[in-house]
Amino acid sequence: MRRYLLHRLWQSLVTLLLATIVVFLGVRALPGDPALALAGEDRDPESLRAIREQYGLDDSLPVQFWQFVSHAAQGDLGQSIRTGESVNTMLRHALPVTIELSALAILVASLIGIGAGVVAAVRRGRPAEWAANALALLGLSVPNFWLGLMAILYLSVALGLFPASGFVPFFSDPVGNLHHLVLPALILGTGLAAVIMRQTRSSMLDALSADYIRTAEAKGLPPRAVIGRHALRNSLIVVVTIVGLQLGALISGAVVTERIFALPGFGKLTVDAVFQRDYPVIQAVVLVTATAYIVINLLVDLLYSVIDPRIRVRGEA
Amino acid sequence: MAVADVTVSAGTPLSSRRRKVVRRLLRNPLAITGLVVLGIAVFAALFAPWLAPHEPTDTHLSQAFAAPGTPGYVLGTDDLGRDVLSRIMFGLRASLHVGMLAVATSLAIGVPLGLMAGYFRTIDALISRFTDLVLAFPFLILAVGLAAIRGASLGNAAIAIGIAQIPGVIRIVRSETLRLKSLDFVSAAIVEGAGDLWVIGRHILPNAASVIIVQATVAIPAAILGEAVLSFLGLGIQPPAPSLGTMLADAQQFAAKAPWAAVMPGVAIMLIALAFNIVGDSLRDALDPKASRR
Amino acid sequence: MSAISKVNTEPPAGTGQVGSTAAGTGQAGSNAAGTGGVGVPVLEVRGLTVTFRTEDGPLSAVDRVDFEVADQEVLAVVGESGCGKSVTAMSLAGLLPRTASVDGSVRLDGRELVGADKKTLRSIRGREIAYIFQEPMTSLNPVFTVGNQIGEVLRIHNGLSRSTARKRSVELLKLVGIPSAERRIDDYPHQLSGGMRQRVMIAMAVACDPKVLIADEPTTALDVTIQAGILDVLRGLRERLGTSIVLITHDLGVVADLADRVAVMYAGRVVETANVNELFAQPKHPYTAGLLAASPSAGRHAGTHRLNEIPGLVPVLAEQPNACTFADRCSRARDTCTTEQPLLTAEGTPNHHVACWNPVREPVEV
Repeated sequence: MRRYLLHRLWQSLVTLLLATIVVFLGVRALPGDPALALAGEDRDPESLRAIREQYGLDDSLPVQFWQFVSHAAQGDLGQSIRTGESVNTMLRHALPVTIELSALAILVASLIGIGAGVVAAVRRGRPAEWAANALALLGLSVPNFWLGLMAILYLSVALGLFPASGFVPFFSDPVGNLHHLVLPALILGTGLAAVIMRQTRSSMLDALSADYIRTAEAKGLPPRAVIGRHALRNSLIVVVTIVGLQLGALISGAVVTERIFALPGFGKLTVDAVFQRDYPVIQAVVLVTATAYIVINLLVDLLYSVIDPRIRVRGEA
Repeated sequence: MAVADVTVSAGTPLSSRRRKVVRRLLRNPLAITGLVVLGIAVFAALFAPWLAPHEPTDTHLSQAFAAPGTPGYVLGTDDLGRDVLSRIMFGLRASLHVGMLAVATSLAIGVPLGLMAGYFRTIDALISRFTDLVLAFPFLILAVGLAAIRGASLGNAAIAIGIAQIPGVIRIVRSETLRLKSLDFVSAAIVEGAGDLWVIGRHILPNAASVIIVQATVAIPAAILGEAVLSFLGLGIQPPAPSLGTMLADAQQFAAKAPWAAVMPGVAIMLIALAFNIVGDSLRDALDPKASRR
Repeated sequence: MSAISKVNTEPPAGTGQVGSTAAGTGQAGSNAAGTGGVGVPVLEVRGLTVTFRTEDGPLSAVDRVDFEVADQEVLAVVGESGCGKSVTAMSLAGLLPRTASVDGSVRLDGRELVGADKKTLRSIRGREIAYIFQEPMTSLNPVFTVGNQIGEVLRIHNGLSRSTARKRSVELLKLVGIPSAERRIDDYPHQLSGGMRQRVMIAMAVACDPKVLIADEPTTALDVTIQAGILDVLRGLRERLGTSIVLITHDLGVVADLADRVAVMYAGRVVETANVNELFAQPKHPYTAGLLAASPSAGRHAGTHRLNEIPGLVPVLAEQPNACTFADRCSRARDTCTTEQPLLTAEGTPNHHVACWNPVREPVEV
């Protein structure tokens, strides 16, 4: 197990490095001179030179890359070239919002998706399966930003059930915080719920036809134990991977969801940085996303070994 | 409990298998519905220039915010008095265009990589690093980067979406290649000394085709949704060119006043995506009745 | 055997471990009144018929099967794959999928199981009728420890606490001959060999001291060297716990090793039943004779003769309701064989029954 984890860690670092190189070169391939952008109104050659000096823009690419990486490794992601604010500070404000939103979305999606998937598999060929399948197809097909618009239009504006926009930090007002995040989390979770449902249903059906389920039935276990213990535990192994792989899609979804509900999160930061060509922020965003993706998938691997003893022991042997 | 399992012989020739697949597909009422909706959408999109009641970009300020059902404006108009139906038809055209282009991009790169990853053990690790990279790289930034370097356009949006879809294609083609490679007829060909390219082209690719087709069918609606997102954010198709995503972005401003302008494009996206997903699912079931659970 | 029997309405008069198959009256329980004493059947199967609903219409898998198992008896159900023996085994305690419909009667200690509600069947499965399956590699759940899986039965059926169940599980593992059971109990199935897993399956099956143990090809998937160990365990259980065993197998060597009595199945029907020695000495159904001749381990002169094969293929049952299903492959077939179904009839001794119009009467050279 240790060796396997080290191997995975090594692979992750390679991926992270590749992502960093790609975004670093990508940003530099963008048209426009960042020094000009930085200088703003003050465009005399002298101050441009000073700016180039300050940001190391005259250094060779490898030197610049080294600067960026070594600073990032020390936890310093630089400054926004628009506001001059430290990127670290910006992330510190934005990330908690998105992490909470995504965590809620994953929670909601897992509850709905796993529940519906199990029902669909167990009630195979009955109306319940049909309904669950139809819902999953709808969930896959509906654009979730549109669903968000509709929710705001009909649930928030017309019925006043939820706030249409805005955010309250959890620690200053937990209830208000959840109240603000329920709808966005639901909306963000729909697509994921559909994916989880379909995966759960298919791996549940696989599990239910396995020999050990026949054994469980031959033991006289009640359906609750056969399905909930013996089949579900085995199906979850596959479902967990899917959740890990969907993280990228979830982050993209969060960008749009935050925009619609005007949440001051990572997504908004991304969109703003992109529109303002705020290169240090863009680099940081990619770095954070890639790291998040990698960390989550490492965690998924760990979770695997908790759920599936075969992996645990194979590594030890 | 395999007692009642019906075994399907694997030796049937390809053409009769195809006919059987088509027959199974046409026996499924849901698949028919999906195909019909898809047919209507494709027809409306293809012939939009002749079928649309108005030019999609023509403004009729006197008719602004006309409700659905207003004579001449079946689905109503937006803030500038543009006909929602006409814009949806042209928007669908753009959506389908992006969908096809994106999927073509992902297949063009993903299929060869998937075949190689599954067939040659040595480069499998290399390709999976690439897959990881694409998965770990935020799709939106990719789209934005392309838009910034080459300008925001339908084509660039499609390419960005296509790139984001490559890992999915690689994964599916790779696992199918691994499966096929372990089958006797492929092993036999390898043992007989057939060249790698021959084995891949003659034995693996044709047999993996059905999986690839199914993947493409479900990737198109995903691409259509992706285009809507990008255009909604202003990173895809640029106004005034009609796109379902930009229509929604515009309509957001006056959604309370003219909800239809926000509802209709969304319904259109959902219907077309739903139709593709249904056809994709049914196709998969028809190709492999045993896997209908998936 | 059929619903309308021609012969032998006498009650089973088995002695000791040997019961008898009453040629069926087909009506459930009509024999029960006459039985008593040592030979009382624990499990009594009458007219058991299983049909599967398939896309191509109903598929009959088991056709009016009768047999019974006495206390402490080992009954072997023998036949080629596809003859319906496993389906028979699964149908006894309602383990078949929903696509199967089961008719006839299965009585456990006089209680009818066919048509019993799910809850009753659940309380019987694992407690009174227990199963062992062919594939020890896949029949245990990979994500739970063996102790957990054995304990589960005890907790559900006997209401034992977690710790008591664990103690009892260790005892059970010892009973089936697993060394250092205290340690093994926390192992996951993949950490055990196939033979050890099958022992775990057996431990799980006998956890609640069932009346009947149904072993469906318990040794087929195992190496020959390990098979003997498993058979020893089963023999020991019968002696120590007094469990009756229904042994489903295609392996005549296993039959000779363990069984008291044998029911030979062919194409969904029982074609011959007899005490094991009698059957091996004097098979009366041409199919049984062919089966013995084709078996290297059961033949008395193994090695001196070329093994025989039975020509032809096992037919689909539904194709010939009014014929002997073996007629097409039978060298002794007569006209009647293709027009009328033979029923189990006592032949020679009262405990030897055969469904054949032209049974083998001369001594067979196997």
